[in-house]
Amino acid sequence: MDTYAHEWERHELLGESTLAELAESVIFREQASIQPSHDDLTCVAGGPYDGTKQGRTIQMRMTTWAGLILVLGTTMGCTPAPDASPSPAQKESEPAPAASPTTDAPNTILAPAPATPPSSAKTTVIPPGLDVQTAVQEALILAEPGSIVQLEEGTYEFQLGLSLDIDGVIVRGRGIDKTVLNFQGQEAGSEGLFVTSKNVVLEDFAVVDTKGNGIKTQGSENIVIRRVRAEWTGGPKETNGAYGIYPVSSVNVLVEDCVAIGGSDSGIYVGQSKNVIVRNCRVEFNVAGIEIENCHGADVYGCTATNNTGGILVFDLPDLPQQKGHDIRLLDNAVFANNTPNFAPTGNIVATVPTGTGVMVMANSNVEIFNNEIRGHETANMLIVSYQSTLLEIKDPDYYPYAEAIHIHHNTFGVCGNKPGGERGGLIAAIAGSPLPDIVWDGIVNEARLVDGKLPPESRIYIRDNKDTEGEVTFVSIGGAAILPNPAEAVVTRDLSEHVGELPAIEPVAIPGAAQ
Amino acid sequence: MNTFRDTLWAGIAGMCFCALCHAAGPAGKAGFEAPPPEWLSAYDLFADLARQIPSDGVMPYDLSALLFSDYAVKHRFVWMPPGTSATYQDYDVFEFPVGTILVKTFAFPRDARRPEEGEQLVETRLLVRTKATWKMYPYVWNEQGTDARLALAGARVPVRWVHTDGAVRSMQFNVPNVNQCKHCHIGGGAPLPAGPKARYLNMDYAYPAGAENQLVYWIRTGRLTGLADPATAPKAPDWDDPNSGTLDERARTYLDINCAHCHSPGGLAYTSGLDLRFDQTTPMRYGVLKSPVAAGRGASIGQYDIVPGDPDKSILLYRLTTTDPGVRMPTVGRSLEHDEGVELIREWIADMAAPKQTN
Repeated sequence: MDTYAHEWERHELLGESTLAELAESVIFREQASIQPSHDDLTCVAGGPYDGTKQGRTIQMRMTTWAGLILVLGTTMGCTPAPDASPSPAQKESEPAPAASPTTDAPNTILAPAPATPPSSAKTTVIPPGLDVQTAVQEALILAEPGSIVQLEEGTYEFQLGLSLDIDGVIVRGRGIDKTVLNFQGQEAGSEGLFVTSKNVVLEDFAVVDTKGNGIKTQGSENIVIRRVRAEWTGGPKETNGAYGIYPVSSVNVLVEDCVAIGGSDSGIYVGQSKNVIVRNCRVEFNVAGIEIENCHGADVYGCTATNNTGGILVFDLPDLPQQKGHDIRLLDNAVFANNTPNFAPTGNIVATVPTGTGVMVMANSNVEIFNNEIRGHETANMLIVSYQSTLLEIKDPDYYPYAEAIHIHHNTFGVCGNKPGGERGGLIAAIAGSPLPDIVWDGIVNEARLVDGKLPPESRIYIRDNKDTEGEVTFVSIGGAAILPNPAEAVVTRDLSEHVGELPAIEPVAIPGAAQ
Repeated sequence: MNTFRDTLWAGIAGMCFCALCHAAGPAGKAGFEAPPPEWLSAYDLFADLARQIPSDGVMPYDLSALLFSDYAVKHRFVWMPPGTSATYQDYDVFEFPVGTILVKTFAFPRDARRPEEGEQLVETRLLVRTKATWKMYPYVWNEQGTDARLALAGARVPVRWVHTDGAVRSMQFNVPNVNQCKHCHIGGGAPLPAGPKARYLNMDYAYPAGAENQLVYWIRTGRLTGLADPATAPKAPDWDDPNSGTLDERARTYLDINCAHCHSPGGLAYTSGLDLRFDQTTPMRYGVLKSPVAAGRGASIGQYDIVPGDPDKSILLYRLTTTDPGVRMPTVGRSLEHDEGVELIREWIADMAAPKQTN
């Protein structure tokens, strides 16, 4: 007790004797821990690593502080987590379309398999409670290849971003709505969880209300993110972090059965990666539901994208280490009613996405879009554009800004185009009239590649065998209006006959160990 | 009370470092290949740990550049095994021999206007050159300032000081965890020190025997090879001294030391394509009219990293200014605004010629 009296004095001397600060001091300097007891009503001292004699000594010394700690525990997140009830968005969701033969194979585990399982492989179990910050971060640092960091049911409160840099680690919770990593009180770290190692599996937990991105993996290989939810719980807001689930510069990326809600850029964003599968995910109330950016080889299937500004985006941007996005397949997705007003911070590329966009392809080559259901978008069900139509200057000589070899077939479209959104939607409507058709192409082509006024056959846009529940599949090319000095002079065409034909099917992405 | 506190620290060790609890680490500087000892004192780097007086053979040094760390004062030392030396490089960090320990202690003066009043030691970071790689270990000082304990998961330490303007400041100092150490200390994909470069070392240091240029001293004492004539070594301007270089040179120097460890090829932030190294000569590459990538809310104030002549529309300046954890830069090591640095960058951007109209 003497020492704690001393603590009080010290803080009073410093003029910092507020309860919260003292608590913080106690918590972080003395490593005292509190967690809910079994009846979920009272708090007891005792932390994740209370198995040592020393730890018990502290607990006993701390008992006289029980009263204060009870109060602190209650105010600092020690109260039992409310039942993880589905968000309103979740309840309103429509089910994903029936899984196609492509998607109903069992999801085998992409194990973080080292060549030989290390004998020292261990499981570290960390229950929720106070000072999970230190306990979880330490487990992530002290893990070895083959280790499992097991998080339990409940809410974990973090003040700092977490990071993992050990290969072959599994971070596992008890369920997408049962184990919640809450970053509402985050004071530092631009992510909730940042992974820079290989052969990592993240599964069965949620990361909510981070100040920056939810989960980022960078420079990783064989990364699996499964049954993970990244959410900003206050609904779509510009002050939300940018990306929910954010693998970048990685190889062999599998994101499956995940949920992303509220990202002020993208719910699931895979950037500058190779061999990517995003499947059976649900994305809602993000600016972009799913964005595949500057990727080489990506499959997006079985996903539901609704209530975003734009459902699924396939972009390529200049000035980046990996460019020329190509070989992207979007199939068997339900993309509908993505009409949430664009809430992206102004300088982000997705701020240019018109509210009410289903699928948008920009500056990629070899994109196959098939068997999707795409409907109910205020601007258009599908936008195909070159980077020039952003009107941003291109300074990168290596960048290829055109959308080429786009193959759109066997999709089912529905009503759209009744209320074109944003500056770009307005421009398109001014040229093409309203309502806008299912598929809008900006009509910008690489003139240097034209032969007799046409692109080589392997580089054209093909649209075939689609249907529209409202009647005919509709289409417009606005003839490069975006970059003409006088847009009114653009040659607008609604003629699909220019786009008859097909391209060879793109090979599915194969990730070692992942079911096709 | 000390007894109790010792018990307490032991308890902390038991709770936090159970898997790496080495009761007594391999004592002395020679144990560099072993797991890190629990206490800083075990390295035998200091004759007087609390007063930061180095042992024989441990050489103090300083850099002309400031890597801003929430106004912490830094004490730097280097130890190289006897008979070894660092190898000079013009631009990059010197090549240090296996066994080198770079030591950086972070402290807060009780009163920044009166250094003689002493300081609160907060953290000592070690970069240890093993055969395979640089290892990084953060040690957090105990409250008495008598020793520092390994804190692999980092820590938050309350600090309080009287600032240069006489105002009392207080904050939670974030000691980075070992992963975060790597975020900054990386070069070409491998861990690397950031500071000991010729251009930052090329200045006088007040050695006990008198002031002497550090490069000259290192060469004279056998700690540096590969530089025939110190007069030919590059010298960075002092970002804070207008007499030492042009505004552009000083601003680029500030960005180099504070940002380029991530914002350079191989660095952690190179996914955005931004390159803030001093020797990057293409303005777009260091941010001029460069569109942000994955900047999130950092891009809420404009379209470009740097808009010449318009600091308030420049994302780069905004991210140096804000303390919002989801937006601020650097993401590690700063939670306060660096007023003087921000002022320099503001002046630099304001002074740039506005872009020519292209039509």
